[in-house]
Amino acid sequence: MTDQAQLLPGTLDLLILRAVSIGPLHGYGILLRIGQISGNALLIEQGALYPGLFRLVRQGLLKASWGTSENNRRAKFYELTAAGRRRLREETDNWNRLAAAIASALAVQPEEA
Amino acid sequence: MKPFDWLSFRIVTLFQPSQVNAEIEEELRAHIQHRADDLEGSGLDRAEAERRARIEFGGQEKFKEECHAALGSNFIETLFQDVRFSLRVLRKSPGFTVAAVLTLALGIGANAVVFSVLNAFLLRPLSVPQAESLYAVWRANVNSAYESYPDYLDLRERNRSFDDLAAFSFAEAGLDAGGNPSRVWLAEASGNYFDALRIRPFLGQFFHASDEHGRNSAPYIVLSYAYWHTHFQDDRGVLGRIVLVNKHPFTIIGVAPPEFHGTIVFISPDFFVPLVNQEQVEGTYTLDTRRIRSVFMVMGHLKAGVTQAQAVADLKPIGAYLEKNYPKDDGHMDFSLARPGLYGDYLGRPIQAFLSGLMLLAGLILLAACANLGSLFAARAADRSREVALRLALGANRRRILRQLFTEALLISLMGGALGLLGSLVLLRGLSAWQPFPRWPIHVPVTPDANVYGVALLLTIASGFLFGAVPVRQVLRTNPYEVVKSGSTSRLGRRISARDLLLVGQIAICAVLVTSSLVALRGLARSLHSDFGFELQNAMLADTDLAMGGYSGDKVPAMQKRMIDALQAIPGVESVGLTNWIPLGADAKGALVFTDATADLRPANSAANALLYKISPQYFHAAGTSLLSGRAFTWHDDKNAPLVAVVNGEFARKIFGSVNSALGQYFKDRDGKRIQVVGIAEDGKYTSLTEDPQPAMFLPILQSPSTETWLMVRSNRDPQELGPVMRSTLQSLDAGLPLTIGTWNKELDIIFFGPRIATESLGVMGLMGAMLSITGIFGMAAYSVSKRLRELGIRVALGGQRKEVLKAALGRAFKLLAAGSAAGLVLGILAARVLAFIVYQATSRDPLVLAGVVLAMALLGLVATWIPARRALSVDPLILLRDE
Repeated sequence: MTDQAQLLPGTLDLLILRAVSIGPLHGYGILLRIGQISGNALLIEQGALYPGLFRLVRQGLLKASWGTSENNRRAKFYELTAAGRRRLREETDNWNRLAAAIASALAVQPEEA
Repeated sequence: MKPFDWLSFRIVTLFQPSQVNAEIEEELRAHIQHRADDLEGSGLDRAEAERRARIEFGGQEKFKEECHAALGSNFIETLFQDVRFSLRVLRKSPGFTVAAVLTLALGIGANAVVFSVLNAFLLRPLSVPQAESLYAVWRANVNSAYESYPDYLDLRERNRSFDDLAAFSFAEAGLDAGGNPSRVWLAEASGNYFDALRIRPFLGQFFHASDEHGRNSAPYIVLSYAYWHTHFQDDRGVLGRIVLVNKHPFTIIGVAPPEFHGTIVFISPDFFVPLVNQEQVEGTYTLDTRRIRSVFMVMGHLKAGVTQAQAVADLKPIGAYLEKNYPKDDGHMDFSLARPGLYGDYLGRPIQAFLSGLMLLAGLILLAACANLGSLFAARAADRSREVALRLALGANRRRILRQLFTEALLISLMGGALGLLGSLVLLRGLSAWQPFPRWPIHVPVTPDANVYGVALLLTIASGFLFGAVPVRQVLRTNPYEVVKSGSTSRLGRRISARDLLLVGQIAICAVLVTSSLVALRGLARSLHSDFGFELQNAMLADTDLAMGGYSGDKVPAMQKRMIDALQAIPGVESVGLTNWIPLGADAKGALVFTDATADLRPANSAANALLYKISPQYFHAAGTSLLSGRAFTWHDDKNAPLVAVVNGEFARKIFGSVNSALGQYFKDRDGKRIQVVGIAEDGKYTSLTEDPQPAMFLPILQSPSTETWLMVRSNRDPQELGPVMRSTLQSLDAGLPLTIGTWNKELDIIFFGPRIATESLGVMGLMGAMLSITGIFGMAAYSVSKRLRELGIRVALGGQRKEVLKAALGRAFKLLAAGSAAGLVLGILAARVLAFIVYQATSRDPLVLAGVVLAMALLGLVATWIPARRALSVDPLILLRDE
């Protein structure tokens, strides 16, 4: 687990949106999905997921409903709203631009004197 | 979330916080269970898996808290907090709260009452299905809706714009339902009346067009719901009962629905009978006479898709047809359409003008109340600057503080609005039950409806925001460090502050109200003492209609003479006169007259439409009308003597050129009979107080008999004492005659009704204005004294004179009062010009009124500053200085 990276502030929301964009998931499922799509490279404290989920619901980006999980347990499922889908698109673009900019900045070799 | 989900979620979070907690807990638990399932799958036993899952999850309580926080602060929850806090603050200063609530209750109440009346008269449609398409046929050139019955039939048959045209008139009759005969008001209606209005009976059935088979062919009665309720005690067995109307048997066949009171807003007939039975009800039959316009109103629903303009265009050729074919009976007619409820524009326009004016004044009252409260709030905000500063310093944001202040303002306005509405409901209930004239079926149907409640609520909230907004700037500019450091912001500005302007504005509004009420009062007082052309004092009236007692033909004048002689014999009676209508009574009738030289007696050739009174010989003496020249009638001016008339000065001028040349001359009536003028009477008021001189003529009752009987008794005896004697005297002649006896003054109430109502309502407004300015000035003065107590104490300690102390304490209040009053006086004088349209002889250029306003405002100032002044003078410097 030592090679897992700490999340940058604000990126958890983006990851949640991305995870849910594939299909409705309950909280634990979101966690698994993030692990799966990130190749288990990111460290997420399990409980910290939930305040994020509540926030996204409040912002109208996710909607939640109770259902039954594949383990036959009652669980709250989250899915993207139209606004959430829009937000995911924008944030993804932003992130890509930022990541590219930072990557290129870091790629510059210091000039040898 | 959809808005509804959002809202229901909010409401759930508000009222069931435990449920929200449970949901969060369940969700977290589900997470841990899922994790444990996975761990179990990898080989751990269940207990160990769950333990590991819980540890991995981290601090549950902490995340639960964070979830709660993520839900955000809740609008409704905050509102409840604000309301709770505001209530606590208001409870801490009950004086302020009560004053504020009462002030606003006054303003909202006044508006609710005026708006209810406005609503009932102008906004609410008649209680008739599809009232929006119901129109009366109006004769624009004579500004009246009266038609003759034959003309009505022609209009009904020839028009193509109306679904059907109904006709009705009002009449008074004696009703004998097995007890005492009583006077009732009824509507005589065409057979198609209820069908044309599309009304269904509440009980039994209505009469229909098919019931009409000529004169007196349909002796049926349809009771109004109210009359059935009050006089027949909701007895369903009343159907089929036979009652006597003017001694003629009529059968009760139905009851109208409760909401239907006829089609004139403020007149509710007791029952409805077919118009074809006019002879039995009124004693005369005019339905076959095209010349006599005895139908009160003709109305109907426009056909679907027909516009007003199309209908008027459709009526025009009918008018032309009538004028061409009946030149002797019908003059030129210009038809238009009018709303029936307020008798078209004839009453509609003055009522509308008056009510709009009143609404405006009520609005001013509310505005003054808001200004008053605004300055109170501003003063309070200044006093609370420490609290506000402390909250700001502790990290509250200004928006939150303002929100709380507005909540406070709205709470006060809601309480005030509720109280005001409650008061107005009581008042309106009284107004609805009020019958201003026992003799007339007039009432003011002002039960409030959803409109009224809506407007009251709207005004309440609007005024809450209005006065709540006054201290906003003050709060926004509060600098917490300054305030906390220096202890108080009581740097009493010498500049003119917004609060001062508010006070001046409020006083100006109040001065306008006081001015207008004084102007109206003076106008009324003056019109009561103007010259009517008759003497109101010491005159009693007995009113009956011999037709109600079954008299007709020669029995009428004989009975009238007996009545006059009997009354004349009462001790203390100076003279007794008889007339068919009293001047300034409600129902003056005119007749066309022609010069002696006119041969072609068509209406267009008439010389004048003169008011016609049929009188006994002693009438002029009894009425107190003086004769300018010639003679009054004698009992010898009878059917066998030449026709004679007494005319008034205006008649003489109009027909004969001058008063002096009229005596002995002849004129012609509609039938071409030549009548000689034997006397000239002074001009008088005949139909309204504001009228220009009108021609009037008086004919002897023996030559022009009438069953309508007004006996006028001039005597110095006390009316309380004379009335019963008159009644017993007349009843000894015929016990079955319905009688009304009272003073002439009382009878004229109806003519003074408009001005009186106007004056009374303006008076109430003026009073409210005065009260508001007292509280406004008082609040301001008391506040400034309390703020400067320390300064005043120092002045006293340094040997200041009482005069100087007073000046320092209250000078400003008085200056503001003077400025406001001056502005209000000017505005009030301008407003009084509008009043002149309603109140007879209202003029603002009246030194008495001006002096009255100045005096009133000065008095108000004195009253309002009395207590603060006492307080300023009783300052004890020692106590004050020790205090700080």
